[in-house]
Amino acid sequence: MNTAFYTSAAVALLATLMVITRRNAMHALLYLIVSLLAVAVVFFTLGAPLVAALEVIIYAGAIMVLFVFVIMMLNPGAGEGDPAARAQLLRACAGPALLALVLLAELVYVLARSGAAPTGPAAVGPKPVAVLLFGPYLLGVELASILLLGALVGAYHLARRSEHSGHEEEEV
Amino acid sequence: MATVPAEYGLALAGALFLMGLVGVLARRNIVFVLLAIEIMLNGAGLAFVVAGSRWQQADGQVMFLFILALAASEVAVGLALVLRLYHLHTSLDTDSASEMRG
Repeated sequence: MNTAFYTSAAVALLATLMVITRRNAMHALLYLIVSLLAVAVVFFTLGAPLVAALEVIIYAGAIMVLFVFVIMMLNPGAGEGDPAARAQLLRACAGPALLALVLLAELVYVLARSGAAPTGPAAVGPKPVAVLLFGPYLLGVELASILLLGALVGAYHLARRSEHSGHEEEEV
Repeated sequence: MATVPAEYGLALAGALFLMGLVGVLARRNIVFVLLAIEIMLNGAGLAFVVAGSRWQQADGQVMFLFILALAASEVAVGLALVLRLYHLHTSLDTDSASEMRG
């Protein structure tokens, strides 16, 4: 588990560094997705499987898809007709694909090494989290739901074009 | 945390947060600023999970769930604002929104 932590930490740092230095927003987004996946692996090695799954589903899934929507809406000229653009696309994909490949190799390595039971710190599974969420933190859950409702209404109101033609803005 | 010292996890969280901070301060494209804010929130959540793993408590994961909800709502409103800014100024530069009554 030690090597898994260090490798994914290195991948996360490298990918995050690439995010803040890219010029093209779409390329930065690809690196950010790889960074979030690497952080999810870090969560798993720290013994937090629920949070690792949520990181992949909500962060790398839902929130990044929102970014993709908006970036695609803002520069519509990026077609894929000519071969030069496609070659550039392949070059842009190479870096994130390489880092994702490192993560995949790490997954295979961990699966092959530890066999049935993963070693490492004792995992805090979903059950204690749920008991805590609906026990002492119940007020926080309600506040979060109100926050999400407010964000839903606010995003709808802001993204609506003047009077008519309601705009899409998804809430997770 | 028998295998990896908690300091390394916290150092990773701090490094991620720092890179997000640099991104917020250095970039002028508002989409990049939002991405950097996501990086910062992620780093903060990682610090909570590391601390929860250090003491074998679930509180860190609960805090991460709250940060997740916060990030989701922040990004929904933020991206709606980005669309408004683009329709108003046809640019994504944060400096183009430096005046009120735009």
